Amino acid sequence: MTLEKLIFYVLAAVVILSATMVVSRRNPVHSALFLILAFVACSGIWLLAEAEFLAIVLVLVYVGAVMVLFLFVLMMLDIDIAVLRAGFIKLLPLGIIMAIAMAAELILIVGPENFGLQEYAAPARHAADYSNTEEIGSVLYTVYMYPFEIAAVILLVAIIAAIGLTMRKRPGAKYLDPASQVVVKRDERVRLVSMDAEKG
Amino acid sequence: MIALSDYLILGAILFAISVAGIFINRKNVIVLLMCVELMLLAVNINFVAFSHFLGDSAGQVFVFFILTVAAAEAAIGLAILVVLFRSKRTINVEDMDVLKG
Repeated sequence: MTLEKLIFYVLAAVVILSATMVVSRRNPVHSALFLILAFVACSGIWLLAEAEFLAIVLVLVYVGAVMVLFLFVLMMLDIDIAVLRAGFIKLLPLGIIMAIAMAAELILIVGPENFGLQEYAAPARHAADYSNTEEIGSVLYTVYMYPFEIAAVILLVAIIAAIGLTMRKRPGAKYLDPASQVVVKRDERVRLVSMDAEKG
Repeated sequence: MIALSDYLILGAILFAISVAGIFINRKNVIVLLMCVELMLLAVNINFVAFSHFLGDSAGQVFVFFILTVAAAEAAIGLAILVVLFRSKRTINVEDMDVLKG
């Protein structure tokens, strides 16, 4: 067994074990942390498949942004885990049976007899000065220009939707509106009263 | 050498685990979202493996787009979750029956 293969199997085992932990942990915070582990191990597998740019993007975007968002929401919500876990044990055997059946069917299709090294020979390694980022960039900004711009619009829509959904007006909150402070006139704040001098 | 089938089997097992996760965690929306992220990861492994073995960078470009859509989906899903928790004080799927469907 070569070193490359050993690294692949170790990383694959980490991915599968942490995915199992994600679906079976009682505490959702633990699930999120194991999901981060799965993503990091998977980015190592993508490095073995010479997708260096996507491996870095996976760590930056997923671990750096999406999973932090998940953890942030998890910490913000006050979740009653016991209620959510009811029925877990009852459904567990069914889930395991279904996972095994599904994995067996998929492995029968994508197994070594259809997609082994005889059918798909391993491609030659690229030279040391080969840039994966350059290759992706050269097609992303030419052939896939319109999909790329649509992806940008999707992200913009997601930003607006997330802000629009979570923003709320709280009537009772005592905060100052700077705009109304700036446009205030003298007459709105000062009232001149004329009164007689007191005698005594 | 690592065969293409190794990557595909890893993707298949990951997908099956996340389907089982959706089955057994069907009350907890936030774990359901995490299982969807795992499914997308399994699909992305397949894309990257085929891109590597067929020598075509289109697969990696598609992984890039899937990552974009997955990030948008997670952001909107979590925003809906926050709004839901604010109004009902729970994220249990079984309590979301106001439509009586």
